Amino acid sequence: MFERISTSDSLGGHDSHTSRSLAPYAHKPARTQARPGERHARLSRSPVQALGISHPRTLSHLDWLESDAIHILREVAGQCANPVLLFSGGKDSICLLRLAEKAFRPGPFPFPLLHIDTGHNYPEVIAFRDRRAAELGERLIVRSVENSIARGSVVLRHPGESRNRHQSVTLLEAVEEFGFDACIGGARRDEEKSRAKERIMSFRDAFGQWDPKNQRPELWNLYNARAHQGEHIRAFPISDWTELDVWQYIQREGLELPSIYYAHPRRVVRDKGLLRPVTDLTPARPGDRVEEVRVRFRTVGDITCTAPVESEADTVEKILAETAVTTITERGATRMDDQTSEASMEERKRAGYF
Amino acid sequence: MSVPQASLPPDHGVLRFLTCGSVDDGKSTLIGRLLYDTKAVLADALHAIERTSRQRGLAEMDLSLLTDGLQAEREQGITIDVAYRYFSTGTRNFIIGDAPGHEQYTRNMVTAASTADLAIILVDARKGVLTQTRRHSYIAHLLGIHHLIVAVNKMDLVGYDQSVFARIEADYRDFAARLGIGDVRFIPLSALTGEMVVERGERLNWYQGPTLIEILENAPAAHTERAEPFRFPVQYVCRPRASADPELHDYRGFMGRVESGQIAVGDIVTVLPSGRQSRVCAIQVGGVDRPLAIHEESVTLLLADEIDCSRGDMIVKADEAPSPVREIDAFLCWLSETPLSPARTYLLRHTTREVKARTARIDYRLDLNTLEQGTATTLDMNDIAHLRLKLAAPIFPDPYADNRATGAFILIDESTNNTIGAGMIG
Repeated sequence: MFERISTSDSLGGHDSHTSRSLAPYAHKPARTQARPGERHARLSRSPVQALGISHPRTLSHLDWLESDAIHILREVAGQCANPVLLFSGGKDSICLLRLAEKAFRPGPFPFPLLHIDTGHNYPEVIAFRDRRAAELGERLIVRSVENSIARGSVVLRHPGESRNRHQSVTLLEAVEEFGFDACIGGARRDEEKSRAKERIMSFRDAFGQWDPKNQRPELWNLYNARAHQGEHIRAFPISDWTELDVWQYIQREGLELPSIYYAHPRRVVRDKGLLRPVTDLTPARPGDRVEEVRVRFRTVGDITCTAPVESEADTVEKILAETAVTTITERGATRMDDQTSEASMEERKRAGYF
Repeated sequence: MSVPQASLPPDHGVLRFLTCGSVDDGKSTLIGRLLYDTKAVLADALHAIERTSRQRGLAEMDLSLLTDGLQAEREQGITIDVAYRYFSTGTRNFIIGDAPGHEQYTRNMVTAASTADLAIILVDARKGVLTQTRRHSYIAHLLGIHHLIVAVNKMDLVGYDQSVFARIEADYRDFAARLGIGDVRFIPLSALTGEMVVERGERLNWYQGPTLIEILENAPAAHTERAEPFRFPVQYVCRPRASADPELHDYRGFMGRVESGQIAVGDIVTVLPSGRQSRVCAIQVGGVDRPLAIHEESVTLLLADEIDCSRGDMIVKADEAPSPVREIDAFLCWLSETPLSPARTYLLRHTTREVKARTARIDYRLDLNTLEQGTATTLDMNDIAHLRLKLAAPIFPDPYADNRATGAFILIDESTNNTIGAGMIG
């Protein structure tokens, strides 16, 4: 009773597993020192196995999370006629792309990639987005908030307003334009309180709305991605991942990220505990004390509402070390728009935000 | 500069567990305590709950606020849906399914229990084993959770009295034996003060057993306690015919997750329902070969022969194939506000297979408070019944008690697409 057989790694990993090349993943060597393929599908083994009685035991936590995410991606592909994967160039959606490779290669992805461009993105991220999609040979669709503004479906309260919130409108327009029945996103339950109750397959009505009181029960791994015409599903394959898991996965898989995720010098203003970057879009205001600080971004989003954190971490290893001891949640440190109230995310989600 | 290798501790995988208790058992406080003491709570979240605690005029920080999710619930002060929380001890990662304890929310507990390997049943030391303690234990048992921890909470309010704990243990053992619940552990603790949760503390020295976190760290992982047959429901078939690589023109990869057992290259398999046999000639992930795959691994199988196989089929080992059935006996939890209608046909999803299903008969409905069986002609939300369903096409199940993945099913109402029932075959 409750005697778990030791699954210590020292009892021998699967050498035959770990020495394989990762050739199908055509990507440039990442800037991390992660050894390609290493710990790829590591199996913990029991002492029984060490004695030669083969009975593999348990997947490591990253292998388990990876396998779970692949399963969810394949359920979307199997159940939905016209899904799309939301790719922002951010680290979570970069993980989604690797998971999609593992799920569907050597075949093509059974979905295009979609980016909702606020027009307020860091140029490094946009360049990375385009390059990554090209490397994968997958179709990238870009729809911009700018166009929604021109069309009149998005009305800004003032010209400098954060466009983060308005992405929802543009996304729903894209869903309608292409008739998507499922949007795969990289949201995680650990990001924010109201997300903790989000389903893996989350139902949106014809207005794209999320109703936290009216979500389908989700049992076992029997996901229900059915939707009538005009409705759609949001699918979140890395729901159960934490920020640390994401960084560990980036390290293990040697994933390349936009450079602004790593420590770099940047002109910022210290503002209510956050670092406000000084950019063309967000110039210094009268009275601001501008300083150059070594920073990195923990999330990449709309320039007007995404703040970097002070950091010297310029490699994945150093970011992992920081993440393991970090004391501020990802959104708390970096999203100016989440600070308004504890419930602000929930309010946005009801309105169709991802 | 040397950097700590944050990513390389010994890795004991993931344990999913469920917490159940009533509104006042201190369940949210216990989860808050686990998160807080394992350093899973970050500064800004702490500041937010400190602020809220102050606003409510509380003298100390209310850890239960860490887990109260949505606005409406916060206003009511109760949890009304399933929430998932995460923490890690460095060697094992944990996913908590936070199931509500409120009377009418059986369906949420069933939902949370469906993916849990272990359940913590909270008992208030002042109140002892209650009707709902029995109800929660029964649901956990029904949902196939083999390991229960009875956490006798609020020991601080009974003066850390060993006899209180001993009496509750005796009461619970009596009831668990009658239900056939096997593995139960008992632990006295105080979520409020933290004794025996992560830290041992000093006031429960008469208790010699492990702390709650030690029990969780050492609990057996799913699928590790007995040999299981290989079950591989096919989710998707990869046929990259349009690929520029001519070698891929004949590629047919059957994609799915090993729900139980394991498979190696060279194994002889049967594809259900066709019954055709073949040999596994490759196992791949993302196009990369590997020699074998174990339970819970998502892989792609390539077979030596060209066999018709698509989503909804299941690949099994030739010598341990399940039998086709067109009638199933099952426990069913009704999840919908619209009652079950025996006249209606529903869609049944079993693994990746969907078939039409209709009620043949309702054997009985369980009174979850008395565990007595009563007659029923329909089922309302939160009811649990044993019934027989007739299926329009065969499925290939295992008894739920033997295999959760191939013993479970959901019912879907095609008019609304809602998930309306959760079934366990047996």
